[in-house]
Amino acid sequence: MSRVFLMLDKIIHYILLFGISIGVLMLSLLLVTVVTDGWGRLSLGFLTNPPSANPDKAGIAPAFWGSVWVVGLAALISLPLGIATALYLTEFSRHERLNKIIYFNITNLAGVPSVVYGLVGLSFLTYTLGLGRSVIAGAITLAFLILPVIIVASIEAIKAVPELHKLGAYALGANKLQVIARVILPQSLPGALTGGILAVSRALGEAAPLLVISGLLFTRKTPAGLLDQFTVLPLQIFNWVSRPQTAFRELSAAAIIVLLILLLLMNMSAVILRNRLQRRVVE
Amino acid sequence: MTSKIEEIDTYYNIGYVITTLDLSVKYGGRYAIKDININIPRNSITAIIGPSGSGKTTFLRCLNRMNDLISKAKVEGRVLFNGKNIYDPDVDPYQIRARIGMVFQKPNPFPKSIFENVAFGLRINGVKNREEIERRVKHALTQAALWDEVKDRLNHNAYELSGGQQQRLCIARALAVEPEVLLMDEPAASLDPIATARIEELMIRLKERYTIIIVTHNMQQAARVADYTAVMMPDEDGVGKLVEFGTTREIFTNPKSKKTEDYVRGRIG
Ligand SMILES: Nc1ncnc2c1ncn2[C@@H]1O[C@H](COP(=O)(O)OP(=O)(O)OP(=O)(O)O)[C@@H](O)[C@H]1O
Ligand SMILES: [Mg+2]
Repeated sequence: MSRVFLMLDKIIHYILLFGISIGVLMLSLLLVTVVTDGWGRLSLGFLTNPPSANPDKAGIAPAFWGSVWVVGLAALISLPLGIATALYLTEFSRHERLNKIIYFNITNLAGVPSVVYGLVGLSFLTYTLGLGRSVIAGAITLAFLILPVIIVASIEAIKAVPELHKLGAYALGANKLQVIARVILPQSLPGALTGGILAVSRALGEAAPLLVISGLLFTRKTPAGLLDQFTVLPLQIFNWVSRPQTAFRELSAAAIIVLLILLLLMNMSAVILRNRLQRRVVE
Repeated sequence: MTSKIEEIDTYYNIGYVITTLDLSVKYGGRYAIKDININIPRNSITAIIGPSGSGKTTFLRCLNRMNDLISKAKVEGRVLFNGKNIYDPDVDPYQIRARIGMVFQKPNPFPKSIFENVAFGLRINGVKNREEIERRVKHALTQAALWDEVKDRLNHNAYELSGGQQQRLCIARALAVEPEVLLMDEPAASLDPIATARIEELMIRLKERYTIIIVTHNMQQAARVADYTAVMMPDEDGVGKLVEFGTTREIFTNPKSKKTEDYVRGRIG
C-alpha cells in the first residue's frame, strides 16, 4: 500500500519537474534569443532617437515616452478609482445582493479580451467624446482595462482588515472616514497597491487595445500633451518585427529588452513597496 | 410618560450615570433582549452575568451605540447617560463613544506602535498638541498599570506585548480619551490567571474615577470586583431579560429569585 504511494509520489514529482523544466527552458530560450539579437543595438541614442528608415540611427524615444505617458496616466486614473470603488463596495454599500451582482460583473470584466476595450474606447472616447486618437483616450482605455483587477485586489486587501480593529476605532469615537483613513487604508494599501502595480505592468505590455486607439505604428514625434497622438513600445516592436531586414529585427529585440527591464523594475517596485509598507504597519 | 426634566431629577442627581428604560434590541425582527430597566451607579463596578446567549454583549453594545454598526440590529427604548437619552436624534454617536469607552473580549491593539495605539483616540478627537498627547499617553499608560513595562519601548509595535499587556494597552487606549464610563466585555476571557488578577486590581483602582460595567462569565470574578451585579437570563422564548439586579453581596448570598440562586449556586458549585 504505502509502496504504491511512494512510487506515485516519485512519479508525480518527476512529472511536475518535467513541466517546470519545459516552462523554464522556453523562457530562457526566448530571453537568450532576444538578448543576443538586441544587445548590440542598445545605446543611449537608441533611447533618445526617433525611429528612422536608417536602422543605425533609429531609436525608440516616441514609443518609450508614449508608453510612459499612457501607462502612467492609466495608473493615475485606475489606482484611486479602483481603491475607491473597492472601499465603496466593502464599507459603504448596504445592498448585499447588488454588491454580489456588481462583484460578479467586475470579475467577469477582468476576463474580457483587451481588444474589446480598445474598440469601446475607439467608439466612445475617440469619436463620441471627440478625444481623437490621443494619449488621454489611450490612457483611459488602459485604465478601464486594468480597473477590474485593481478593484478585486483592493477588495481582498480591505476584507483582510480585522473587524476588531475597525470596532476598536469606532469605540474610541472615530467616524467612518477616520476609520477608513487611519485603520483600513494603512492596512490594506500595501496589498491594493501591489495588485495595482502588477496590473499596471500588464498594461505596459498591452498592444491590441492601443493599436485600435492610436492606429499609429510609426511616428517620429514624442507626445507632449494629453491630446497628442502617440505610439507605445509594443506597437514599435510590432512595427519593426514585421520588417524583412535583420537590422530592424535586431532593433525590435533591443526594444523588447527595454520593455522587459521596465516590467522588471515595476514588479520589483511592487515587491519593495509591499515590504516597506507592511513593515511599517505590522511587526 | 415622564418629562425630560423629571428624568434628569430622578436619574442624574442621585448618582446614576446610566439608566436604561424599557431597552430592547431586535436582530432582524427577533428580540435578543427585551425591556431592560437598570440604574448604574456612578464610580462603581457593575458586573453583568448570565448564561451564553442571554444578551449581555447586546446590552453592553447599546450603552455606547455600538449596535448602530450592526445593520440588522434595532434598538428600542431609552438609554439615559447623565440624564440625556443617547438615542435622541440630536445626539452624535461618535461623541457618545468617546465618553463611554469600550474594551473587547479579545485584545485588539492596532498594528501600530505602543505610543500610537494610546494616542489614537486623542488624534481622532482632534488633540493636535504634541506635548499634550505625550502627557496624556503617559498618564493613560500609568493609569492602566503598564507604563513601567513599556516606557522604554513606546515606539515598538504593540504586537510585541503579551496578551495581558495588550489588554491593558487597550484599556489605556480607552482611558486616554478620558471617558466617564468604561464598558468591558469579558476583558479577561483570553488571559491567564495572573494577567486576569492584574486586570481586576486595575479595575478596582479605576473605579475611583470611572464607572465600570463588565460582562463576565466568571462568577468568582464578579464576586471579587463588582459592587453591583446584574443577572441576565433568556426567558421561555429565548429573549434575554434582566432577572435581578442588586449589590453583589445580595445577589450571591441572598438572591431574590430562584433562577438567580440556581444559576449562581450552579456556577460557584
Ligand atoms: N450581530 C448579530 N446578529 C444577529 N444576532 C445576534 C448578533 N449578535 C448577537 N445576536 C443574537 O442575540 C442573542 C444574544 O447574543 P449576545 O452575544 O448578546 O449574548 P451574550 O450573553 O453576550 O453571549 P456570550 O456569553 O456567549 O457572549 C443571541 O441569540 C445571538 O444569536
Ligand atoms: Mg458576549
